[in-house]
Amino acid sequence: MAAEPDAARQKELVRLVRQDCGSCHGMTLQGGLGPALLPDSLHDKPAEGLVATIYYGRPGTPMPPWKQFMSEAEAGWIVEKLMSGFPQ
Amino acid sequence: MRLVLGFLFALLLTACASPQVRGTGDLGLVIERASGHVTLVDTTSRQPYARIGGLGDLSHASAVYSRDGRYAFVFGRDGGLTKIDMLEAKVVKRVIQSGNAIGGSISQDGKIVVVQNYTPGGIKAFDAATLELLSEVPAEYAPGKFSKVVGLADSSGNRFAYALFEGGEIRVTDFSDSKQPTTQRFPAGLQPYDGLVTPDGRYFLAGLFGEDGVAMLDLWQPEKGARKILENYGRGQEKLPVFKMPHLRGWSVAQGKAYLPAIGRHEVLVVDVATWKEVGRIPVRGQPVFVMARPDGRQVWVNFAFPDNGKMDVIDTLAGKVVHAFEPGKGILHMEFTPRGENVWLSARDDNKVLIYDTTTFTRVGEIAADNPSGIFFTTRAARIGF
Repeated sequence: MAAEPDAARQKELVRLVRQDCGSCHGMTLQGGLGPALLPDSLHDKPAEGLVATIYYGRPGTPMPPWKQFMSEAEAGWIVEKLMSGFPQ
Repeated sequence: MRLVLGFLFALLLTACASPQVRGTGDLGLVIERASGHVTLVDTTSRQPYARIGGLGDLSHASAVYSRDGRYAFVFGRDGGLTKIDMLEAKVVKRVIQSGNAIGGSISQDGKIVVVQNYTPGGIKAFDAATLELLSEVPAEYAPGKFSKVVGLADSSGNRFAYALFEGGEIRVTDFSDSKQPTTQRFPAGLQPYDGLVTPDGRYFLAGLFGEDGVAMLDLWQPEKGARKILENYGRGQEKLPVFKMPHLRGWSVAQGKAYLPAIGRHEVLVVDVATWKEVGRIPVRGQPVFVMARPDGRQVWVNFAFPDNGKMDVIDTLAGKVVHAFEPGKGILHMEFTPRGENVWLSARDDNKVLIYDTTTFTRVGEIAADNPSGIFFTTRAARIGF
Protein backbone atom coordinates (compact mmCIF):
# COMPACT_ATOMS: atom_id res chain seq x y z
CA MET A 1 0.00 0.00 0.00
CA ALA A 2 1.22 3.53 -0.75
CA ALA A 3 2.34 5.97 1.95
CA GLU A 4 -0.24 6.70 4.61
CA PRO A 5 -2.06 10.02 4.43
CA ASP A 6 -0.77 12.52 7.00
CA ALA A 7 -2.55 12.91 10.34
CA ALA A 8 -4.68 15.89 9.30
CA ARG A 9 -5.83 14.13 6.13
CA GLN A 10 -6.55 10.94 8.06
CA LYS A 11 -8.84 12.92 10.31
CA GLU A 12 -10.66 14.33 7.28
CA LEU A 13 -11.04 10.89 5.74
CA VAL A 14 -12.36 9.40 8.97
CA ARG A 15 -14.93 12.15 9.20
CA LEU A 16 -15.86 11.71 5.54
CA VAL A 17 -16.42 7.98 6.03
CA ARG A 18 -18.36 8.32 9.29
CA GLN A 19 -20.50 11.28 8.24
CA ASP A 20 -20.89 11.12 4.47
CA CYS A 21 -20.46 7.43 3.67
CA GLY A 22 -22.51 7.09 6.86
CA SER A 23 -25.60 8.55 5.14
CA CYS A 24 -26.05 5.17 3.47
CA HIS A 25 -23.80 2.79 5.42
CA GLY A 26 -24.67 4.17 8.86
CA MET A 27 -22.46 6.32 11.08
CA THR A 28 -21.44 3.21 12.98
CA LEU A 29 -20.95 1.48 9.61
CA GLN A 30 -23.45 -1.23 10.49
CA GLY A 31 -25.25 -0.69 7.21
CA GLY A 32 -28.31 1.17 6.02
CA LEU A 33 -29.44 1.46 2.44
CA GLY A 34 -25.86 0.39 1.71
CA PRO A 35 -24.27 -2.73 3.21
CA ALA A 36 -22.40 -2.89 6.52
CA LEU A 37 -18.71 -1.91 6.37
CA LEU A 38 -17.53 -3.70 9.48
CA PRO A 39 -14.48 -6.01 9.54
CA ASP A 40 -16.77 -9.05 9.86
CA SER A 41 -18.78 -8.14 6.80
CA LEU A 42 -15.71 -7.31 4.67
CA HIS A 43 -13.17 -9.97 5.63
CA ASP A 44 -13.95 -12.32 2.75
CA LYS A 45 -13.83 -9.59 0.12
CA PRO A 46 -10.66 -8.76 -1.80
CA ALA A 47 -9.26 -5.37 -0.78
CA GLU A 48 -8.58 -4.37 -4.39
CA GLY A 49 -12.24 -4.77 -5.30
CA LEU A 50 -13.27 -2.66 -2.33
CA VAL A 51 -10.81 0.07 -3.29
CA ALA A 52 -12.22 0.05 -6.83
CA THR A 53 -15.77 0.25 -5.47
CA ILE A 54 -14.91 3.37 -3.46
CA TYR A 55 -12.86 4.96 -6.21
CA TYR A 56 -14.99 4.17 -9.26
CA GLY A 57 -18.39 3.49 -7.68
CA ARG A 58 -20.62 0.57 -8.61
CA PRO A 59 -22.84 1.04 -11.65
CA GLY A 60 -26.34 -0.34 -11.16
CA THR A 61 -26.26 0.40 -7.44
CA PRO A 62 -26.50 3.71 -5.57
CA MET A 63 -22.73 3.58 -4.78
CA PRO A 64 -21.18 6.65 -6.44
CA PRO A 65 -17.52 7.12 -7.40
CA TRP A 66 -15.53 9.08 -4.81
CA LYS A 67 -12.50 9.73 -7.01
CA GLN A 68 -12.97 13.49 -7.09
CA PHE A 69 -12.56 13.60 -3.31
CA MET A 70 -9.61 11.27 -2.72
CA SER A 71 -6.70 9.52 -4.39
CA GLU A 72 -6.69 5.80 -5.04
CA ALA A 73 -4.06 5.45 -2.30
CA GLU A 74 -6.39 7.18 0.14
CA ALA A 75 -9.20 4.82 -0.85
CA GLY A 76 -6.73 2.02 -0.13
CA TRP A 77 -6.05 3.45 3.33
CA ILE A 78 -9.80 3.63 4.02
CA VAL A 79 -10.26 -0.02 3.01
CA GLU A 80 -7.35 -1.09 5.20
CA LYS A 81 -8.90 0.73 8.16
CA LEU A 82 -12.39 -0.59 7.45
CA MET A 83 -11.10 -4.16 7.38
CA SER A 84 -9.22 -3.83 10.64
CA GLY A 85 -11.75 -1.72 12.58
CA PHE A 86 -12.41 1.86 11.58
CA PRO A 87 -11.21 4.73 13.86
CA GLN A 88 -13.83 6.86 15.61
CA MET B 1 -51.05 15.23 63.54
CA ARG B 2 -47.62 14.21 62.37
CA LEU B 3 -49.28 12.10 59.69
CA VAL B 4 -51.36 15.05 58.50
CA LEU B 5 -48.32 17.32 58.40
CA GLY B 6 -46.39 14.67 56.52
CA PHE B 7 -49.21 14.41 54.01
CA LEU B 8 -49.32 18.18 53.55
CA PHE B 9 -45.58 18.26 53.06
CA ALA B 10 -45.81 15.54 50.43
CA LEU B 11 -48.53 17.52 48.64
CA LEU B 12 -46.35 20.62 48.69
CA LEU B 13 -43.42 18.70 47.24
CA THR B 14 -45.59 17.32 44.46
CA ALA B 15 -46.82 20.81 43.67
CA CYS B 16 -43.28 22.15 43.49
CA ALA B 17 -42.12 19.28 41.31
CA SER B 18 -44.97 19.71 38.80
CA PRO B 19 -43.93 21.36 35.57
CA GLN B 20 -45.23 24.80 34.82
CA VAL B 21 -48.55 24.53 32.99
CA ARG B 22 -48.01 25.21 29.30
CA GLY B 23 -48.91 23.99 25.81
CA THR B 24 -46.59 22.20 23.42
CA GLY B 25 -47.41 23.94 20.12
CA ASP B 26 -44.12 25.82 19.97
CA LEU B 27 -41.83 23.01 21.09
CA GLY B 28 -39.61 20.67 19.16
CA LEU B 29 -36.50 18.56 19.27
CA VAL B 30 -33.14 18.48 17.57
CA ILE B 31 -31.40 15.16 16.95
CA GLU B 32 -27.71 15.16 17.92
CA ARG B 33 -26.74 12.23 15.79
CA ALA B 34 -23.25 11.38 16.99
CA SER B 35 -23.81 11.45 20.73
CA GLY B 36 -27.24 9.88 21.09
CA HIS B 37 -28.81 13.03 22.51
CA VAL B 38 -31.82 15.12 21.66
CA THR B 39 -32.07 18.78 22.58
CA LEU B 40 -35.57 20.02 23.31
CA VAL B 41 -36.25 23.49 21.98
CA ASP B 42 -38.79 26.29 22.27
CA THR B 43 -39.45 28.07 18.98
CA THR B 44 -40.92 31.15 20.68
CA SER B 45 -37.89 31.91 22.85
CA ARG B 46 -35.62 30.29 20.19
CA GLN B 47 -33.77 28.55 23.00
CA PRO B 48 -33.15 24.99 24.13
CA TYR B 49 -34.83 24.02 27.39
CA ALA B 50 -33.57 20.49 28.03
CA ARG B 51 -31.21 17.84 26.70
CA ILE B 52 -31.79 14.10 26.93
CA GLY B 53 -29.15 11.41 26.36
CA GLY B 54 -28.92 7.66 26.08
CA LEU B 55 -30.85 7.32 22.83
CA GLY B 56 -28.30 5.16 21.04
CA ASP B 57 -27.26 5.54 17.39
CA LEU B 58 -29.21 8.51 16.07
CA SER B 59 -27.69 8.74 12.61
CA HIS B 60 -30.63 9.19 10.27
CA ALA B 61 -32.97 9.42 13.26
CA SER B 62 -36.41 10.95 12.90
CA ALA B 63 -39.37 11.70 15.15
CA VAL B 64 -43.15 11.87 15.09
CA TYR B 65 -45.52 13.26 17.70
CA SER B 66 -48.57 12.10 19.58
CA ARG B 67 -51.68 14.00 18.51
CA ASP B 68 -51.65 16.12 21.67
CA GLY B 69 -48.09 17.18 20.86
CA ARG B 70 -46.91 16.02 24.25
CA TYR B 71 -44.93 12.93 23.34
CA ALA B 72 -42.24 12.48 20.73
CA PHE B 73 -41.41 9.06 19.31
CA VAL B 74 -37.79 8.99 18.18
CA PHE B 75 -36.68 6.31 15.72
CA GLY B 76 -32.96 5.51 15.94
CA ARG B 77 -30.75 3.79 13.42
CA ASP B 78 -29.99 0.96 15.84
CA GLY B 79 -33.67 0.01 16.04
CA GLY B 80 -34.27 2.01 19.20
CA LEU B 81 -37.75 3.47 19.64
CA THR B 82 -37.88 6.08 22.39
CA LYS B 83 -40.93 7.87 23.71
CA ILE B 84 -40.13 11.29 25.16
CA ASP B 85 -42.34 13.51 27.29
CA MET B 86 -41.81 17.00 25.85
CA LEU B 87 -43.17 18.72 28.97
CA GLU B 88 -41.38 16.78 31.65
CA ALA B 89 -38.35 16.51 29.37
CA LYS B 90 -37.68 12.86 30.05
CA VAL B 91 -37.73 9.43 28.45
CA VAL B 92 -41.01 7.68 29.21
CA LYS B 93 -40.17 4.38 27.55
CA ARG B 94 -37.51 2.96 25.29
CA VAL B 95 -37.41 -0.33 23.38
CA ILE B 96 -34.97 -1.83 20.90
CA GLN B 97 -37.29 -3.19 18.26
CA SER B 98 -34.98 -4.27 15.42
CA GLY B 99 -31.37 -4.35 14.29
CA ASN B 100 -31.45 -1.48 11.83
CA ALA B 101 -34.31 0.98 11.45
CA ILE B 102 -34.91 3.96 9.23
CA GLY B 103 -37.92 5.82 10.58
CA GLY B 104 -41.54 5.58 11.49
CA SER B 105 -45.00 7.08 11.45
CA ILE B 106 -48.02 7.44 13.69
CA SER B 107 -51.57 6.42 12.80
CA GLN B 108 -54.44 8.77 12.06
CA ASP B 109 -56.04 8.03 15.44
CA GLY B 110 -52.71 8.40 17.22
CA LYS B 111 -52.88 4.94 18.75
CA ILE B 112 -50.33 3.06 16.67
CA VAL B 113 -46.69 3.84 16.01
CA VAL B 114 -45.27 1.97 13.02
CA VAL B 115 -41.54 1.56 12.47
CA GLN B 116 -39.88 0.73 9.16
CA ASN B 117 -36.86 -1.52 9.31
CA TYR B 118 -33.95 -2.37 7.08
CA THR B 119 -32.87 -5.43 9.09
CA PRO B 120 -34.88 -7.54 9.35
CA GLY B 121 -36.76 -5.86 6.51
CA GLY B 122 -40.35 -5.08 7.34
CA ILE B 123 -42.59 -2.92 9.47
CA LYS B 124 -43.68 -3.29 13.08
CA ALA B 125 -46.64 -1.75 14.85
CA PHE B 126 -46.50 -0.62 18.48
CA ASP B 127 -49.09 0.60 20.93
CA ALA B 128 -48.40 4.35 21.18
CA ALA B 129 -49.27 4.36 24.89
CA THR B 130 -47.12 1.44 26.03
CA LEU B 131 -44.75 0.73 23.10
CA GLU B 132 -45.96 -2.86 23.27
CA LEU B 133 -45.53 -4.77 19.98
CA LEU B 134 -48.91 -5.25 18.29
CA SER B 135 -47.98 -6.92 15.02
CA GLU B 136 -45.39 -7.06 12.30
CA VAL B 137 -45.37 -7.39 8.53
CA PRO B 138 -42.14 -8.77 7.03
CA ALA B 139 -41.13 -7.23 3.70
CA GLU B 140 -40.81 -10.60 2.00
CA TYR B 141 -41.06 -9.92 -1.72
CA ALA B 142 -40.03 -13.36 -2.97
CA PRO B 143 -39.79 -16.62 -1.04
CA GLY B 144 -37.12 -16.12 1.62
CA LYS B 145 -36.14 -12.69 0.29
CA PHE B 146 -36.65 -9.64 2.46
CA SER B 147 -36.39 -6.05 1.37
CA LYS B 148 -35.39 -2.87 3.13
CA VAL B 149 -38.45 -0.72 3.74
CA VAL B 150 -38.39 2.93 2.71
CA GLY B 151 -40.78 5.88 2.64
CA LEU B 152 -43.26 4.77 5.30
CA ALA B 153 -46.13 7.27 5.48
CA ASP B 154 -49.38 7.38 7.41
CA SER B 155 -52.65 7.64 5.56
CA SER B 156 -56.34 7.65 6.39
CA GLY B 157 -58.00 4.81 8.25
CA ASN B 158 -54.85 3.72 10.04
CA ARG B 159 -53.36 2.61 6.75
CA PHE B 160 -49.65 2.99 6.11
CA ALA B 161 -48.02 3.15 2.69
CA TYR B 162 -44.37 2.28 2.08
CA ALA B 163 -42.02 0.94 -0.54
CA LEU B 164 -39.57 -1.94 -0.82
CA PHE B 165 -36.10 -0.97 -2.05
CA GLU B 166 -35.01 -4.39 -3.35
CA GLY B 167 -38.57 -5.61 -3.89
CA GLY B 168 -39.59 -2.70 -6.15
CA GLU B 169 -43.07 -2.62 -4.64
CA ILE B 170 -45.40 -0.17 -3.01
CA ARG B 171 -47.33 -1.69 -0.14
CA VAL B 172 -50.31 -0.52 1.84
CA THR B 173 -50.85 -2.12 5.22
CA ASP B 174 -54.14 -1.57 6.99
CA PHE B 175 -53.93 -1.63 10.78
CA SER B 176 -57.67 -1.13 11.43
CA ASP B 177 -57.30 -4.37 13.33
CA SER B 178 -53.89 -3.62 14.78
CA LYS B 179 -53.13 -7.24 15.64
CA GLN B 180 -54.30 -8.64 12.29
CA PRO B 181 -53.07 -6.18 9.67
CA THR B 182 -53.81 -6.76 5.99
CA THR B 183 -51.42 -5.79 3.20
CA GLN B 184 -51.88 -4.93 -0.46
CA ARG B 185 -48.93 -5.06 -2.86
CA PHE B 186 -48.34 -3.03 -6.03
CA PRO B 187 -45.42 -3.25 -8.50
CA ALA B 188 -43.67 0.13 -8.44
CA GLY B 189 -40.39 0.14 -10.39
CA LEU B 190 -36.67 -0.17 -9.81
CA GLN B 191 -35.22 0.65 -6.39
CA PRO B 192 -37.68 2.97 -4.70
CA TYR B 193 -35.51 4.99 -2.29
CA ASP B 194 -38.06 7.04 -0.35
CA GLY B 195 -41.72 7.97 -0.35
CA LEU B 196 -44.22 10.57 0.67
CA VAL B 197 -47.93 11.02 0.99
CA THR B 198 -49.63 14.19 -0.22
CA PRO B 199 -51.01 16.55 2.45
CA ASP B 200 -54.56 15.28 1.85
CA GLY B 201 -53.41 11.69 2.31
CA ARG B 202 -54.59 10.75 -1.17
CA TYR B 203 -51.46 9.98 -3.17
CA PHE B 204 -48.41 7.99 -2.16
CA LEU B 205 -45.33 8.72 -4.24
CA ALA B 206 -42.18 6.63 -4.26
CA GLY B 207 -39.06 8.11 -5.83
CA LEU B 208 -37.15 5.59 -7.94
CA PHE B 209 -33.38 5.35 -7.93
CA GLY B 210 -33.00 2.58 -10.48
CA GLU B 211 -34.89 4.43 -13.20
CA ASP B 212 -35.93 7.98 -13.99
CA GLY B 213 -39.39 8.43 -12.60
CA VAL B 214 -41.67 8.36 -9.61
CA ALA B 215 -44.21 5.64 -8.81
CA MET B 216 -47.59 6.89 -7.66
CA LEU B 217 -50.50 5.14 -5.98
CA ASP B 218 -53.92 6.73 -5.50
CA LEU B 219 -54.82 5.64 -1.97
CA TRP B 220 -58.46 6.56 -2.60
CA GLN B 221 -58.53 4.05 -5.47
CA PRO B 222 -55.71 1.60 -4.80
CA GLU B 223 -57.39 -0.99 -7.00
CA LYS B 224 -56.23 1.07 -9.99
CA GLY B 225 -52.65 0.18 -9.11
CA ALA B 226 -49.42 2.17 -9.07
CA ARG B 227 -48.44 4.13 -12.14
CA LYS B 228 -45.33 6.01 -13.19
CA ILE B 229 -45.08 9.74 -13.39
CA LEU B 230 -42.16 11.91 -14.47
CA GLU B 231 -40.92 9.02 -16.56
CA ASN B 232 -37.60 9.58 -18.24
CA TYR B 233 -37.08 13.00 -16.73
CA GLY B 234 -33.36 12.45 -17.35
CA ARG B 235 -34.06 11.64 -21.00
CA GLY B 236 -31.26 9.13 -21.20
CA GLN B 237 -28.60 11.61 -20.13
CA GLU B 238 -25.90 10.28 -17.88
CA LYS B 239 -26.71 10.82 -14.25
CA LEU B 240 -24.47 12.83 -11.98
CA PRO B 241 -23.24 10.85 -9.00
CA VAL B 242 -25.54 10.98 -5.98
CA PHE B 243 -23.54 11.27 -2.77
CA LYS B 244 -26.61 11.25 -0.58
CA MET B 245 -30.13 10.03 -1.30
CA PRO B 246 -32.80 12.71 -1.44
CA HIS B 247 -35.51 12.65 1.18
CA LEU B 248 -39.08 12.99 0.08
CA ARG B 249 -40.87 13.42 3.38
CA GLY B 250 -41.12 17.15 3.73
CA TRP B 251 -43.28 17.27 0.65
CA SER B 252 -43.63 20.59 -1.07
CA VAL B 253 -46.83 21.61 -2.69
CA ALA B 254 -47.65 25.18 -3.50
CA GLN B 255 -50.05 26.82 -5.95
CA GLY B 256 -51.15 23.47 -7.32
CA LYS B 257 -47.60 22.43 -8.08
CA ALA B 258 -45.36 19.92 -6.39
CA TYR B 259 -41.61 20.41 -6.06
CA LEU B 260 -39.50 17.26 -6.02
CA PRO B 261 -35.77 16.54 -6.00
CA ALA B 262 -34.41 15.07 -9.25
CA ILE B 263 -32.04 12.11 -8.87
CA GLY B 264 -28.61 12.53 -10.40
CA ARG B 265 -29.48 15.98 -11.69
CA HIS B 266 -28.98 19.36 -10.08
CA GLU B 267 -32.61 20.28 -10.53
CA VAL B 268 -35.90 20.56 -8.70
CA LEU B 269 -38.73 19.06 -10.74
CA VAL B 270 -42.02 20.94 -10.82
CA VAL B 271 -45.17 18.88 -11.28
CA ASP B 272 -48.79 19.92 -11.78
CA VAL B 273 -50.69 17.99 -9.10
CA ALA B 274 -53.92 17.93 -11.15
CA THR B 275 -52.37 16.11 -14.11
CA TRP B 276 -49.13 14.81 -12.52
CA LYS B 277 -47.25 16.08 -15.57
CA GLU B 278 -43.92 17.82 -15.37
CA VAL B 279 -44.40 21.55 -15.89
CA GLY B 280 -40.91 22.82 -15.21
CA ARG B 281 -37.48 22.35 -13.77
CA ILE B 282 -35.53 24.71 -11.63
CA PRO B 283 -31.73 24.53 -11.75
CA VAL B 284 -30.14 24.48 -8.29
CA ARG B 285 -26.57 24.28 -7.00
CA GLY B 286 -26.28 20.59 -6.21
CA GLN B 287 -28.08 17.27 -5.76
CA PRO B 288 -31.18 18.28 -3.78
CA VAL B 289 -31.80 16.34 -0.57
CA PHE B 290 -34.70 18.13 1.10
CA VAL B 291 -37.06 20.27 -0.98
CA MET B 292 -39.39 21.78 1.58
CA ALA B 293 -42.12 24.37 1.24
CA ARG B 294 -42.63 27.10 3.79
CA PRO B 295 -46.05 26.40 5.34
CA ASP B 296 -47.70 29.09 3.17
CA GLY B 297 -46.15 27.62 0.01
CA ARG B 298 -44.62 30.89 -1.14
CA GLN B 299 -41.08 29.61 -0.79
CA VAL B 300 -39.39 26.26 -1.28
CA TRP B 301 -36.08 25.72 0.51
CA VAL B 302 -33.54 23.27 -0.86
CA ASN B 303 -30.45 21.76 0.73
CA PHE B 304 -27.91 19.53 -0.97
CA ALA B 305 -25.92 16.33 -0.84
CA PHE B 306 -22.19 16.23 -0.19
CA PRO B 307 -20.07 18.06 -1.40
CA ASP B 308 -22.55 20.93 -1.71
CA ASN B 309 -24.01 20.52 1.74
CA GLY B 310 -22.98 23.97 2.89
CA LYS B 311 -25.37 25.63 0.45
CA MET B 312 -29.06 26.48 0.53
CA ASP B 313 -31.21 27.69 -2.34
CA VAL B 314 -34.56 29.37 -1.83
CA ILE B 315 -37.11 29.15 -4.65
CA ASP B 316 -39.85 31.76 -4.87
CA THR B 317 -42.87 29.82 -6.13
CA LEU B 318 -44.42 32.91 -7.72
CA ALA B 319 -41.26 33.73 -9.66
CA GLY B 320 -40.54 30.03 -10.34
CA LYS B 321 -36.83 30.42 -9.71
CA VAL B 322 -34.15 30.62 -7.05
CA VAL B 323 -34.29 34.07 -5.48
CA HIS B 324 -31.86 33.59 -2.65
CA ALA B 325 -28.75 31.44 -2.56
CA PHE B 326 -26.45 31.39 0.43
CA GLU B 327 -23.99 29.37 2.50
CA PRO B 328 -25.35 29.38 6.03
CA GLY B 329 -22.87 26.88 7.50
CA LYS B 330 -21.12 23.56 7.09
CA GLY B 331 -23.01 20.31 6.61
CA ILE B 332 -26.58 21.59 6.41
CA LEU B 333 -28.50 18.35 6.95
CA HIS B 334 -32.07 19.33 7.65
CA MET B 335 -34.50 22.19 8.02
CA GLU B 336 -37.76 22.77 9.82
CA PHE B 337 -40.14 25.72 9.59
CA THR B 338 -41.82 27.25 12.61
CA PRO B 339 -45.56 26.50 12.57
CA ARG B 340 -46.47 29.44 10.35
CA GLY B 341 -43.14 29.76 8.62
CA GLU B 342 -41.73 33.10 9.76
CA ASN B 343 -38.52 31.32 10.74
CA VAL B 344 -36.66 28.29 9.49
CA TRP B 345 -34.25 26.28 11.62
CA LEU B 346 -31.27 24.72 9.87
CA SER B 347 -28.95 22.11 11.33
CA ALA B 348 -25.31 22.83 10.53
CA ARG B 349 -23.74 19.52 11.49
CA ASP B 350 -20.09 20.46 11.01
CA ASP B 351 -20.48 23.78 12.83
CA ASN B 352 -22.21 22.07 15.78
CA LYS B 353 -25.01 24.62 15.59
CA VAL B 354 -28.65 25.01 14.74
CA LEU B 355 -29.12 28.26 12.81
CA ILE B 356 -32.37 30.20 12.86
CA TYR B 357 -33.28 32.41 9.91
CA ASP B 358 -36.03 34.90 9.19
CA THR B 359 -37.64 33.65 5.96
CA THR B 360 -38.64 37.12 4.74
CA THR B 361 -35.38 38.99 5.21
CA PHE B 362 -33.08 35.91 5.11
CA THR B 363 -31.22 37.28 8.12
CA ARG B 364 -30.00 35.09 10.93
CA VAL B 365 -32.04 35.71 14.06
CA GLY B 366 -30.50 33.17 16.39
CA GLU B 367 -28.49 30.02 16.89
CA ILE B 368 -28.30 27.13 19.30
CA ALA B 369 -25.31 24.97 20.12
CA ALA B 370 -25.82 21.26 19.38
CA ASP B 371 -23.46 18.32 18.93
CA ASN B 372 -23.52 17.27 15.25
CA PRO B 373 -27.18 18.22 14.81
CA SER B 374 -29.19 16.45 12.13
CA GLY B 375 -33.00 16.20 12.09
CA ILE B 376 -35.14 19.00 13.55
CA PHE B 377 -38.74 18.12 14.36
CA PHE B 378 -41.37 20.52 15.70
CA THR B 379 -44.61 19.45 17.38
CA THR B 380 -46.68 20.95 14.54
CA ARG B 381 -46.01 17.65 12.78
CA ALA B 382 -48.50 16.08 15.19
CA ALA B 383 -51.41 17.42 13.16
CA ARG B 384 -50.08 16.84 9.65
CA ILE B 385 -50.73 13.78 7.50
CA GLY B 386 -47.53 12.23 6.28
CA PHE B 387 -45.28 13.79 8.92
